[in-house]
Amino acid sequence: MVPTNYYIILSAILFGLGVFAFVFKRNIITIFMSIELMLNAVNLAFVAFSRALGKLDGQVFVLFVIVVAAAEAAVGLGIIILIARNRQSLNVERVDLLKL
Amino acid sequence: MSTFLSSNAELIITLVKIALLLFIVLTVNAYLTWFERKVVAHMQSRWGPHRVGPHGLLQPLADGVKFLFKEDPTPAGVDKFVFYLAPLLALALAMTSIAIIPFGPDPIHVFGHDVYLGIAPPDLNIGILALFAITALGVYGIALAGWSSNSKYPLLGGLRSSAQMISYELALTMSVVGVLLMAGSFNLRDIINAQAHHPELGILGWNVWPQILGFICFFTAAIAETNRAPFDLPEAESELVAGFHTEYASFKFAMFFIAEYTSMITVSCLCSIMFFGGWLSPFPASWTFTHYVPSAILIAFGLWVIWDGIRYETIFGRIILPAAGTAITALGVVFILYPDINTFIQAPFWLVSKIFIFLFVYVWMRGTLPRFRYDQLMAFGWKLLLPVSIVNVVLTSFTILAKMQWGAK
Amino acid sequence: MTAPLAVFFVLAALAVIGAVNLILQKHPIHSALSLIVVMVALAGLYLLMGAEFVAAVQIIVYGGAIMVLFVLVIMLLNAGIEEHTSISKLAGVPGLLLVAALGGFIAATIARSTDVVQAAQQTGEMSSTKGISNMLFRDFVYPFELTSFLILVAIMGAVLLAQREKS
Repeated sequence: MVPTNYYIILSAILFGLGVFAFVFKRNIITIFMSIELMLNAVNLAFVAFSRALGKLDGQVFVLFVIVVAAAEAAVGLGIIILIARNRQSLNVERVDLLKL
Repeated sequence: MSTFLSSNAELIITLVKIALLLFIVLTVNAYLTWFERKVVAHMQSRWGPHRVGPHGLLQPLADGVKFLFKEDPTPAGVDKFVFYLAPLLALALAMTSIAIIPFGPDPIHVFGHDVYLGIAPPDLNIGILALFAITALGVYGIALAGWSSNSKYPLLGGLRSSAQMISYELALTMSVVGVLLMAGSFNLRDIINAQAHHPELGILGWNVWPQILGFICFFTAAIAETNRAPFDLPEAESELVAGFHTEYASFKFAMFFIAEYTSMITVSCLCSIMFFGGWLSPFPASWTFTHYVPSAILIAFGLWVIWDGIRYETIFGRIILPAAGTAITALGVVFILYPDINTFIQAPFWLVSKIFIFLFVYVWMRGTLPRFRYDQLMAFGWKLLLPVSIVNVVLTSFTILAKMQWGAK
Repeated sequence: MTAPLAVFFVLAALAVIGAVNLILQKHPIHSALSLIVVMVALAGLYLLMGAEFVAAVQIIVYGGAIMVLFVLVIMLLNAGIEEHTSISKLAGVPGLLLVAALGGFIAATIARSTDVVQAAQQTGEMSSTKGISNMLFRDFVYPFELTSFLILVAIMGAVLLAQREKS
């Protein structure tokens, strides 16, 4: 039996790595992927607690998180495509002004 | 040594099953290529391979040797890691999906352990969902192959092919929901057992009759998923050179090839399990004389092979073919003589014959139907197949609900 | 070292290596592949915990749809290798100290909570698929229908955003 602590520590590590990637990477798409990594870390925590408490609510909420992440990814990537078309660059430091 | 074996018996049994299944699947793949070339050739009024061995039966061997010894160039400017990863991914995923298929209901009792036919444990609660998960990951092999080749035609072919696969994945999963509603479980064995509720119906109790819409949608979507004709625009020779595997040479191309044929086999298994009763016999259960049908078919086939082999043109054929025919006939006779083996062999025999029938239909469609144009293909998937499969789900759920309401009264 | 613990460590190591690789790689396609490895490892962890339906949905939706979207967008936009820009050294040192302090605090809190959240015994109730579907269609049916509406809105938004301007 794997103690729940181990899962929570793993979730915290993954979340921390996601935050690190979010802060330090330059490519918009990589930043977006770090958001997905953070969401996955949270999902892991949900399922771990669901197993610890013996209820299935955590797993149902994980399904909702996955659905919301899918919708967010679709719209976010649409925005990224538009930005890439207008500014011809995927470097997030080039899109920090409203002026083109 | 014996304690090591007995304490890790499950692991060793599973490893042996994996090795055996891998060998069988690779051999079936190789002879599926032979089968396809022969059948398409005969449909086009020519002979196909008939020089390498009797009836061209050693052609897959020659092809394998060719794939091993041909030069395997890597084009300049490719992303090496992704270029090498893509065929590996495609092959690994295609092979993994075979692990979930159950090949028979009853276990063999070996050394005190129950060995089920099929690698996945019999109580895998998410059987078909795991298969869809593996199919969903299969898009990567093609998309990454197309992109990493650093060339126009593979990129276009890869993008088109991945868009096609994603679109038809929706119709694929929706068309199965009707069967799942009727069976009440994702487990493939439960789906087959749900079709065995009325064993006296035989072929009329299979899922294909109430789910005819679902079956048509599933089979069409599966052909599009596996990039086979008539949906093979992304890899057709006359269109995009060779699509996403243009830049792949001998062995990597062979890996894509094997992956495609293995997914064909998986889809045929799925069709027979979910819609055509899996390992259930088409005859009603009360006709016990039909238990001898497998042996009869084997003996007839063996005798025909012997008769054809005796009159064959080359000496090699005149030795090999009658020998093979005798082996097949002997197998049929063994099944008649030993009733225990006969009852055990019924289920896998029917499943394997249904799989072969579906493979024949696959090859038949390749030989006869013209190719879809890409916009026609996407319109067909989104505007026709997906709504029809959703309608199937709605109809099935209403029927089940009505049965529950009126059956209870 | 029991078998589940060994499997946990292998999958956890795979997930962490994938996440670190996402940070270290320069080309976004390699980062995307590492993220796929993380997701498959997490699906394995869900299977280890007995949440088989969530594991399958994770692979189908996250690994087979969302990440495919990412990979296709990276291919279509022809995203190249990231440019190298210098990180401010002034903020580096206090930043690292802060991260170490925060990480240490969280680790200490988690490690000290052994008596609060125990390793759960198997409750042995119905399979997770049946249980989840019961909950989804009975207790949580309203959020469930709302998510379908959300997906419809997202589809419309994505189609509208990606349209070319009619010139």
